[in-house]
Amino acid sequence: MVKIKIFAACIAIILIWSCGNKQSSAPGTSGDAPGSSTSAEAADSDYDPKRGEGKFNESNLVLEASLNAPMAEAGEIASGVKCTSCHKLSDERLVGPGWKGVTTRRTPHWIMNFITNPEPMIDKDPELQAQLELCLVRMPNQSLTEEEARNILEFMRKNDGIK
Amino acid sequence: MKTKNVFFIVMVMATLGYITSCRPKNAGTSVKGDSAVKAYVAPGQYDEYYNFVSGGFSGQMSVYGLPSGRLFRVIPVFSVDPEKGWGYSEETKPMLNTSHGFVPWDDLHHVELSQTSGEINGKWAFANANNTPRLARVDLKTFKTAEILELPNSGGNHSSPFGTENSEYIVAGTRFSVPPDYADGDVPISTYKENFKGHISFVSVNKESGEMDIAFQLKTPGVNFDLARCGRDKSHGWFFFSCYNTEQANTLLEVNASQKDKDFIMAVNWKKAEEYLKAGKGVKQKVRYAHNVWDEKTHTAVSTIKNEVTVLDVAELKDICYMIPCPKSPHGCDVDPTGEFIVGSGKLAALIPVFSFDKIQKAIANKAYDGEYGGIPVIKYEEALYGEVKKPGLGPLHTEFDGKGFAYTSFFVSSEVVKWNIKDLTVVDRVPTFYSVGHLCIPGGNTRKPSPKYLIAYNKITKDRYLPTGPELTQSAQLFDISGEKMQMILDFPTIGEPHYAQAAPADLIRNNGQLKIYPIGENKHPRVAKGESEAKVVREGNKVHVYMTAVRSHFAPDNIEGVKMGDEVYFHVTNLEQDWDVPHGFGVKGANNAELLIMPGETTTLKWVPDRVGIFPMYCTDFCSALHQEMQGYVRVSPAGSKTPLTFHVGKQNPVVEKPAQ
Repeated sequence: MVKIKIFAACIAIILIWSCGNKQSSAPGTSGDAPGSSTSAEAADSDYDPKRGEGKFNESNLVLEASLNAPMAEAGEIASGVKCTSCHKLSDERLVGPGWKGVTTRRTPHWIMNFITNPEPMIDKDPELQAQLELCLVRMPNQSLTEEEARNILEFMRKNDGIK
Repeated sequence: MKTKNVFFIVMVMATLGYITSCRPKNAGTSVKGDSAVKAYVAPGQYDEYYNFVSGGFSGQMSVYGLPSGRLFRVIPVFSVDPEKGWGYSEETKPMLNTSHGFVPWDDLHHVELSQTSGEINGKWAFANANNTPRLARVDLKTFKTAEILELPNSGGNHSSPFGTENSEYIVAGTRFSVPPDYADGDVPISTYKENFKGHISFVSVNKESGEMDIAFQLKTPGVNFDLARCGRDKSHGWFFFSCYNTEQANTLLEVNASQKDKDFIMAVNWKKAEEYLKAGKGVKQKVRYAHNVWDEKTHTAVSTIKNEVTVLDVAELKDICYMIPCPKSPHGCDVDPTGEFIVGSGKLAALIPVFSFDKIQKAIANKAYDGEYGGIPVIKYEEALYGEVKKPGLGPLHTEFDGKGFAYTSFFVSSEVVKWNIKDLTVVDRVPTFYSVGHLCIPGGNTRKPSPKYLIAYNKITKDRYLPTGPELTQSAQLFDISGEKMQMILDFPTIGEPHYAQAAPADLIRNNGQLKIYPIGENKHPRVAKGESEAKVVREGNKVHVYMTAVRSHFAPDNIEGVKMGDEVYFHVTNLEQDWDVPHGFGVKGANNAELLIMPGETTTLKWVPDRVGIFPMYCTDFCSALHQEMQGYVRVSPAGSKTPLTFHVGKQNPVVEKPAQ
């Protein structure tokens, strides 16, 4: 890895030298760079695998002990449109893993963060990266609203036997 | 070798200049050393401008970035596009419906971006169909053709789709005068002068929805209308149309329509026309034309045939139209950002006349006329003229403006762009183009506030500019930096089809206009949508088999279908369940006589498939969607007519092997 970087740096220096009288900054641009490239190493140290990355944490997501049946029902409908093409309700893997037991394996805020903000978490979460090696399909961002996501979580809890 | 022309020498010098661009420059190369820097947009960086370029005989509109010249998208408009299923999917077929039935091709010449108060507003791009006369509106949030309106009484919609300062109207002037649709058209062609008429449509645009409607048509003497421009600012309320063939020839126009020293620019007071319309002076005429509208919620186009149009006769209704003599067979007819100067570009003329809006108003007030043409007053040339640019070049075609007091005119015959001062009418700079330039574009060059950094020339001929590709060569665009006193060529790039007119807008204006990234699946109102795999199904309705299919990375549901029989028509209604940006799925099935589907996230699209033989037919996703894209496939079993095979479908069910009962 280090060797490659040194090699790339040499090439860059050669390129800059060969047209040394030109501006050094990238010209001809007006728009923002499309993607902000944060260093993966720096981000890794901040990443909390229990919480995931996103809006939700222990204090802003508090669950009742018992099931909210109307929310679970709404969650079942939403997941029918956006989730269950790829996830079974059993523990069997389809495109992604089955949902059975997910609410006992993961914290609620981790689930909420993952389903609303999958891209950065797949890049950072060691367990998700291991999962990706099995499934080979990155879970897409299905543009869930917060309400949809919360309802889906409730449906997952129902699926795990919460009454 | 001695016969090589000057252009070739210039090209070689340009090439040398390019190759040695990292070394000290020698003067006189047409491409200067910093050209590459000026046109370079680094990987991952955005361009400064969107350039919406007509595709000419491709019938489509292309979208390039400036200054890089990178092609982002070809928007299918008037021609079918099997790649995107445009004109092949059941939902898009009505978009290409006309009073002549389904028309799969046209010739798209000009582009007009919608405006508010004389400035580009980033909502829509309009385009004209030059063969079967139509207007199209492209939605710039989706980069998709949202509406196509046919134009009656018209024979070649060339003088179009130019618009007013607030896009109140988009105009559509006929190139060919023809007998009106509401008259008997079975007349000798030699009766042109008597029976052939021009019609100019003023098409209103709904400010919110953009929906187009023919507000009225102006009936004029039979001539050819070529190009047009609205008045702006002080001349708002007026429109200017260049006319040629005022000789009213109907054969060998090359000679017979080039007889007179002067043709006309027709000035139209459209506010006056509105008054007549309001006063009920229009005549409702029976015609037939199609109006096709795309519905973003049902993902389906609806085509309606309309039967009536209101016509104002400008020979009878005075004070709408005035003719301004203009040498000679004018093409361009361009209004400067202040609205005062109207530049006529007579393509056979050796000068450029510049008319003054104030003088025209004065001439009308004083009735400084030189007779009539077909019942329309002809203003005396000198009474309308501000002045002439003398000996600017050969074959002036089209003029754009930089808002700093300069005009830029293209010269087809002498292959050059000439920059001149509007006030004192002197030429200040000229640069060669390669070759035979048609239209020019400065971003906002037809608005009150041009953005005078770049000028693009659209060329008809490339000859030796690129690596040869057999007899048919690409056409091209050339980019000039016009930020300094002298124009500097910095790039040329190939284009699709033939580029005629184009417009450009600042990138931020378009990309921050509320760009759509996905179609929310919850808002999908397609009658045969499947919102989730639980709704995937196959339904037989007589001999029609409707497959409600879903697509998600990386499988279809259902992906095994049996019980289709010979004589059936199968409709695959494919819903893309993805809700993430840039995840289309494709759908292809063996033997389909039309095309593929390309389905955007949240969209439902339908492919009709009529099996032609018994057997097993594979279907698959055509758009690489994930690491398991190559697994995204399925089968349809087709049985003979009258077969007892039941209609079944599933996904993910490995059927047990059924042993045949022992005989």
